[in-house]
Amino acid sequence: MKQILIIFFWLPMLLTAQDKIEGMVMEANAENKHIGLAGANVYWLNSQIGTITKENGTFSIPYSKDYNKLVISFVGFKTDTLTINEPKMVHHWLVPSNQLDEVVVEKERDAVQKTFFSTQNVVTVNSAELLKAACCNLSESFETNPAIDVNFNDALTGTKQIQMLGLTSPYLLITQENIPMVRGASQTYGLTFTPGTWVESIQITKGAGSVVNGYESISGQINTELQKPLTDTPVFVNGYANLNGRLELNTHLNTKLSDKWSTGLYLHGNRRDVEVDNNDDGFLDNPLANQINIMSRWQYQNAEKGWVSFFNLRYLNDEKQIGQTDFKPDTDRFTTNAWGSEIDTQRFDGSVKLGYVFPELPYQSFGFQTSYSSHKQDSYYGFNIYNIDHESIYTNLIFNSIIGNTKSKFKTGLTFAYDGYNELVNSQEFNRTDTSAGAFFEYSYTNLEKLSFTAGLRLDTHNRLGTFFTPRFHIRYTPWEKGSLRGSFGIGRRAANIFAENQRLFASSRTLQLQGNGGEIYGFDPEKAVNYGISFIQGFSLFERPGNFSVDFYRTDFDNQIVVDWENPDQVVFSNLDGKSYANSLQAELNHEVLPNVELRTAYKFYDVKTDYQTGLLQKPLQARHRYFANVGYNTTPTENGSQWRFDYTLHALGEQRLPNTSSNPVNFQLGDFAEGYSLMNAQVTKVFSKKFEVYVGGENLTDFRQDNPVLGSNDPFGTNFDTTIVYAPIFGRMVYAGFRFKS
Amino acid sequence: MKNSVLIAICLLVSTIGFAQEKNKKMAFEVDGKCEMCKMRIEKAALGVPGVKYALWDIPSHQLSLVVDERKTDPMKIKTALVAAGHDTKELKATQEAYDDIHPCCKYREDNTDDSEKH
Repeated sequence: MKQILIIFFWLPMLLTAQDKIEGMVMEANAENKHIGLAGANVYWLNSQIGTITKENGTFSIPYSKDYNKLVISFVGFKTDTLTINEPKMVHHWLVPSNQLDEVVVEKERDAVQKTFFSTQNVVTVNSAELLKAACCNLSESFETNPAIDVNFNDALTGTKQIQMLGLTSPYLLITQENIPMVRGASQTYGLTFTPGTWVESIQITKGAGSVVNGYESISGQINTELQKPLTDTPVFVNGYANLNGRLELNTHLNTKLSDKWSTGLYLHGNRRDVEVDNNDDGFLDNPLANQINIMSRWQYQNAEKGWVSFFNLRYLNDEKQIGQTDFKPDTDRFTTNAWGSEIDTQRFDGSVKLGYVFPELPYQSFGFQTSYSSHKQDSYYGFNIYNIDHESIYTNLIFNSIIGNTKSKFKTGLTFAYDGYNELVNSQEFNRTDTSAGAFFEYSYTNLEKLSFTAGLRLDTHNRLGTFFTPRFHIRYTPWEKGSLRGSFGIGRRAANIFAENQRLFASSRTLQLQGNGGEIYGFDPEKAVNYGISFIQGFSLFERPGNFSVDFYRTDFDNQIVVDWENPDQVVFSNLDGKSYANSLQAELNHEVLPNVELRTAYKFYDVKTDYQTGLLQKPLQARHRYFANVGYNTTPTENGSQWRFDYTLHALGEQRLPNTSSNPVNFQLGDFAEGYSLMNAQVTKVFSKKFEVYVGGENLTDFRQDNPVLGSNDPFGTNFDTTIVYAPIFGRMVYAGFRFKS
Repeated sequence: MKNSVLIAICLLVSTIGFAQEKNKKMAFEVDGKCEMCKMRIEKAALGVPGVKYALWDIPSHQLSLVVDERKTDPMKIKTALVAAGHDTKELKATQEAYDDIHPCCKYREDNTDDSEKH
């Protein structure tokens, strides 16, 4: 505050030595006559310097290098913002706006917004951030974000696994517009089923989420908002190609049908036909793939009556082929000619959302959402067959209102969910039906200043998990300006789909052993964990540019967990937790606009994740205890026609990772206890030609770092030492890509 | 018959018009200039028993309210606002109350929106 005051005192003195911008503001007309507008506001955006036009429409305003956005506004006209880089004459015509009482001053939003006011630790990633790394799909869209760790899943499919707070994605609740999405059968590949261009924004909540979205989230929640037909551009085309043979095409077509109805058709296709084996182990470094993804979206909006509604249909067909380069599915399937695998998925989703805000009571609303999905995956990994059909129905009804006044709000409602699974593992069938019904109540209080908290409770009854309460609690306190201290506590439970979540283990010579206790889910008990944590964020202004520092610590304690023990290279043992299992995570982050238009983000993460395996309490394998992250983004100021350059660079450094025990293997198949640390660099350059067209080029893993032997026993894939599951680094080296985006 | 029905309806409507509404929408102007003022104004309004909803818009200086007319009236709310240091059309804040507000919120000297500055 003091700083600002000092600046105020200095400003007039500084400005005396500056040039002026002079000009005239006029009313737009067909003949381009100079009709001056008297009394229009002319001011520098984010500054204290402003003036109003004289009777003839002329004005004069001091020019300063610190400001380059000149805002011209007048009641009844559209507000315009001009980019001005040198003192000059400005002649500007203002266009009358249709709404007489609206003055819009646009403020640039940060690509990643950390909240200071929500009780939950939420990071919002908007579309500008998502463009920083031209991500193909949702699983790759977290590369520039330190809250989420992206890990490599297995040597074959190249699917990236995401982690939060040191726990893999099954412990995250992943929702699409608040409807649970990546779960059950789609747990492993589900994130690759949402094309990056469809995403409007992502909200990442660390720690226990809200009770409104169910009892399943343990370490956090990732919610994806998709592009809305009403606000997306009428036509959007994106093409992408990379040097390992992946081609992509995304097309969005949106139309406004009436003042209330809009519809959008979203098409995505990607394929890879090129066989790449850079490390000469005889195995494809990347799967041959083919995906078709079509979504039709309908939006109804009636502001007067308070209704808003979405209606979605989506069809997906995804085919992958992995394994040895000379594997021909038609002739070699289930033979020892060559080792190979195919994963074919067909999925259909439909959902309806209905929202009603009481027109007279802006704080009271109803929300109803229901969704249906049918997921069919047919796959085999060598001689291991794995098929899963999963039908799911989810319904949630929410009522929002207040108690007394808007300082005390509540949400309450009912949830119903159905999941039907049919699985075939080699020759064994596993069929299961899960149904659950629940009711929730969430109370939130804010005193509008320093304190707010949210307390939620749900009661669910589930045919396999039983009847149970789920409490969740969040609190926020603001000790001083721009500081925010948060705490959270919550319990989460889930039925682990052990095969769907651990599919990659099929691509090895390991035998699967289920050592259950006769529980309700594959003979196991449900997983249950407590998560609690604290976080602190402090915003600051340094050299007049914004920044923030945040630190958080979370702990997850498992009451029960399905422990996947692969410490013996010949087998995988599934069992209920016997002993301890916990995950501690510490993250410190510093973000600042270090130079004008240069954003720097840095983060350090420490994970201490340990589980009692058969051989004792061990660190989780394939997880770096220490991680460093840095990201630098530089954008030139867009000119009047919108053209600009955007540069982005990301560094990920990982410390050593513990490897699963391979000491009982013959010597040349032993990997040692730890994999050494390494770092990865990604970069991207985007050239925006106009508001309609931009091209980008980028590279991932620029230093060409690769894991030496991702496939153990690759020379004898049907032998006893074949294993593709121990992957701790990229298999494919440097990857260069290019693409374009066209909007109209 | 028709006329008597009409008269009855008119009477009913007028009585409704005078009835004290549980959720009455109203809006009036309150002086202020920034996010801090917004918080102070909304807090003061919500502090009045019977005020359910308060939203103050920075550019237009309009305070939109939903109130329970059986418990409160506009004058009570304006009294609370001037006590917090913000002027309304009918009531003006005392110098003491005005002096209490943060130095950067002195809307009487300069009422441009400077919410970007702090």
